[in-house]
Amino acid sequence: MPRLSRDMRHPIRLVVNGREMAGDAAPRLLLSDFLRHVLGLTGTHVGCEHGVCGACTVLIDGVPTRSCLVFAVQAAGRKVDTVEGLAGPDGELSPLQLAFQRNHALQCGYCTPGILMSLSAYLRTHPEPDEGALRDMLSGHLCRCTGYTPIIRAALEAARELRKES
Amino acid sequence: MSDRESRRIGLPLERFEDRALLLGRGRFADDMPVPAGTLHAAILRSPHPHAEIRGIDAAAARALPGVFAIVTGEDVRRWTRPFTVGVKQKMEHWCLAVDRARYVGEPVAVVLAEDRYRAEDALDAVAVDYAPLDAVVDPQLALAAEAPVLHAGVGGNLVSERRFRYGDPEAAFRAAPRRIAITIDYPRNSCTPIEGLVVLAEHLPGAEGYEVLANFQGPFALHPVMALALKVPGTRLRLKTPPDSGGSFGIKQSLFPYVVLMCVAARKAGRPVKWVEDRLEHLVAASSATNRVTTLTAAVSAEGEVTALAWDQLEDCGAYLRAPEPATLYRMHGNMSGAYKVRNLAITNRIVLTNKTPTGLNRGFGGPQVYFALERLMQCIAVELDLDPLEIIRRNLVPADAFPYRCPAGALLDSGNYQEAVARAVAEGGLDELRRRRDAARREGRLYGIGFAAVVEPSVSNMGYITTALTPEERHKAGPKNGAQASATVALDPLGGVSVAVASTPQGQGHATVLAQVAADALGLEAAEIRVTVELDTAKDAWSIASGNYSSRFAAAVAGSAHLAALRLREKLARLAAAQLNVPAGEIRFAGGRIFAAGNPENSLAFARIAGTGHWSPGTLPEGAEAALRETVFWTPPTLDPPNDADEVNSSAAHGFVFDFCGVEIERDTGRLRIDKYVTMHDAGRVLNPALLEGQVRGGFAQALGAALFEEFVYAEDGSFLSGTFADYLLPTTAEVPEPQILHIATPSPVTPLGAKGVGEGNSMSTPVCLANAVADALGVADIRLPMMPARLKALLEPAEPPPPARPASPGQSAAR
Repeated sequence: MPRLSRDMRHPIRLVVNGREMAGDAAPRLLLSDFLRHVLGLTGTHVGCEHGVCGACTVLIDGVPTRSCLVFAVQAAGRKVDTVEGLAGPDGELSPLQLAFQRNHALQCGYCTPGILMSLSAYLRTHPEPDEGALRDMLSGHLCRCTGYTPIIRAALEAARELRKES
Repeated sequence: MSDRESRRIGLPLERFEDRALLLGRGRFADDMPVPAGTLHAAILRSPHPHAEIRGIDAAAARALPGVFAIVTGEDVRRWTRPFTVGVKQKMEHWCLAVDRARYVGEPVAVVLAEDRYRAEDALDAVAVDYAPLDAVVDPQLALAAEAPVLHAGVGGNLVSERRFRYGDPEAAFRAAPRRIAITIDYPRNSCTPIEGLVVLAEHLPGAEGYEVLANFQGPFALHPVMALALKVPGTRLRLKTPPDSGGSFGIKQSLFPYVVLMCVAARKAGRPVKWVEDRLEHLVAASSATNRVTTLTAAVSAEGEVTALAWDQLEDCGAYLRAPEPATLYRMHGNMSGAYKVRNLAITNRIVLTNKTPTGLNRGFGGPQVYFALERLMQCIAVELDLDPLEIIRRNLVPADAFPYRCPAGALLDSGNYQEAVARAVAEGGLDELRRRRDAARREGRLYGIGFAAVVEPSVSNMGYITTALTPEERHKAGPKNGAQASATVALDPLGGVSVAVASTPQGQGHATVLAQVAADALGLEAAEIRVTVELDTAKDAWSIASGNYSSRFAAAVAGSAHLAALRLREKLARLAAAQLNVPAGEIRFAGGRIFAAGNPENSLAFARIAGTGHWSPGTLPEGAEAALRETVFWTPPTLDPPNDADEVNSSAAHGFVFDFCGVEIERDTGRLRIDKYVTMHDAGRVLNPALLEGQVRGGFAQALGAALFEEFVYAEDGSFLSGTFADYLLPTTAEVPEPQILHIATPSPVTPLGAKGVGEGNSMSTPVCLANAVADALGVADIRLPMMPARLKALLEPAEPPPPARPASPGQSAAR
């Protein structure tokens, strides 16, 4: 295990959205701040910084994680996926993103990246979710605009699309 | 293509905003680039609800690595003055506590450092010498003679008291066979946007003043308040907003003191300063809806007709009367009779200050407090008279043939058909079936109730309504205030492209999509062809004091202004086209991207060709014709007069209608409330985009559900704050929010340019009380306090625990004890 010094910035290498990236981080720098302010990936949003709202959710090695509760140095050498990696290479929206747009599943869009990341992981392991399961899973995300139902509808619709694709 | 086919208004178009947001490419305030050398601010906040600040020693903090400067009351006194206050009282509210802190979380000092982490570290090293004082948080206790006084110059905590009388309430009360009253204690809550407040401020050299980027939401009447506090002309405070904002629901109005504070910080440091509020700061100190104690008394006929209402409202605005307060109390003033035809009103309004966070805009703004009292009262009247609550509502609604209807306190209900809205909701929402479900549940011994609420939803606030807090004499002295200027600019570029710019500072409502629909219809184009910018720059854009996103003014006022600006542009284009097509301008039509003669569509020109004329060949314009380049329209509702000497005020330009009913069941063992069905009927006038309208209703419903069942800013008696995290202040999640059945009718407003009315706040007003009425029906109790948490409902279900049995006195125990 590497020894880190409190007062120093340490070089971090990690794979973000399939691409090798690097930046310096003090040991206490949150992964959310590292992504946003060091790597410039501002799609990951910070809503509460105490692990309740879910806006900052990213995938670390495929597992949804609140990036405000993880230090950047803990993500060194890992695979991190953020909202910026969801679309296709030419910017074409994924079935999940398209379903969000069709169903008006976002308004201000601030909580949306975290919800998209949780759903993208969940739908991989649960290709045929029912509404109850989705409501359970998404209860870890706060949205103040939509009243949630359009998000559930979009997730169900995306799951159908993804099943058709596979 | 006919006009009808080309119509985009009224279609549920997908949003043009969504793509960037879904890609993670939104441009929120904290995403925007900052100038090199920008310092990061952290705010030291008072841990005391009330304390003298005897001194601040910042030397140790300043010596820490990475720390650049510390801002204290001394700096604030040097470069600013206290904020303007809406009532005449000797109290000072600075952007930072200068000699006394009056609520937990009040800013006391600002640390500026090279990054936010170091700035926050240094907060611990700032030594503040506090002398704690007694605090008061209960508005009724704050009125007591012995209560600690927040502002010595006021002499007490009551900062405003006004009595109003409309019609002849005394006679109505004398004549009425029944007098039915209810007292409610409405709690504090907030819509807590998921994005917090962000300010990036810079002090420019010379006399250029300040430049600020902030996710402020308006009203821009606060721009002069900020400029005056900073002691600069308004033109020297350039305020810009980012393209995206992560929700606000009124709350980002409360950002304005931080603009002033960060301007001072930037001036002191000589560097740009950025402040990003964190969630803990947001909950403790950003803003809150007012808590209010209301006693509402009705004079009631034997048949259940309400002949008079007497309101006694005690409003708690927290530690300071922060602008635009006391607006929460007066926003509803013109229609304190709700949806009802009652002609006699007596109103006593008192405003008290307590050691709590200052209050401000929050979705519903004054409506939840008013309707919780009014609609609970209607339910109580039904119980007392042993009549169906819906029947009481029906007997009192403003008749359908009475519109436009002038309410006794001055509101002009512009259009509506409340009877039809109720009838259709009852039929389409399945009230009969719900009643059968209630009967069946009750036969099984379950606790099931049905609630109703009828609400007039005001939109587009009259900027003069706040002056109703002043006496007519004070108003005469100050000069009349009224109206609500909305603005929009529609422009043509040299390639014939159309752009729209507005001063509506949206926070997720989809304004750009709706404006594209509106301009597309006026000019015969596709919505996707219209480029809309919603970020505002006070130095360059058309704006006024009513600008911003509040009082549900977008659809009714801002979209209407864009419509009028696009029509002006069309008129000019039609004159140019008429000359080229050799037909009178009146026969020119716009559709499908072409401009043509009504009688001969073949005789046509491409829109872009005519649209570029003003740029490329102004010399060829027909005699007397003006180039079509750019049109800015300021529109103010013609019906918004200042309050008159009888204190009558049309407090809002448009008035929608909401009628809700619901069935709820309460678990006997746990007190948990389950919503069996919720029906919400809306009349928002003409609908511009039904998908976005439903989004507003559903989102408003979810927030109202939170206010009804979970959310409260709780203070301990000593003034400490108990709701400081999202684990204490509970928001509803996917697991708690059911889907309401949303219904519509439309009676277009004759006042607004497109016939549209606001729709985003109605459920904040109707839903908490509708649910409370259902609980009252289920439990047979009258005294219901929000939020209706399981523990609270469980307590209503059970008789109070008997007192412990008295113990026999034992030797050695004093009898006097």
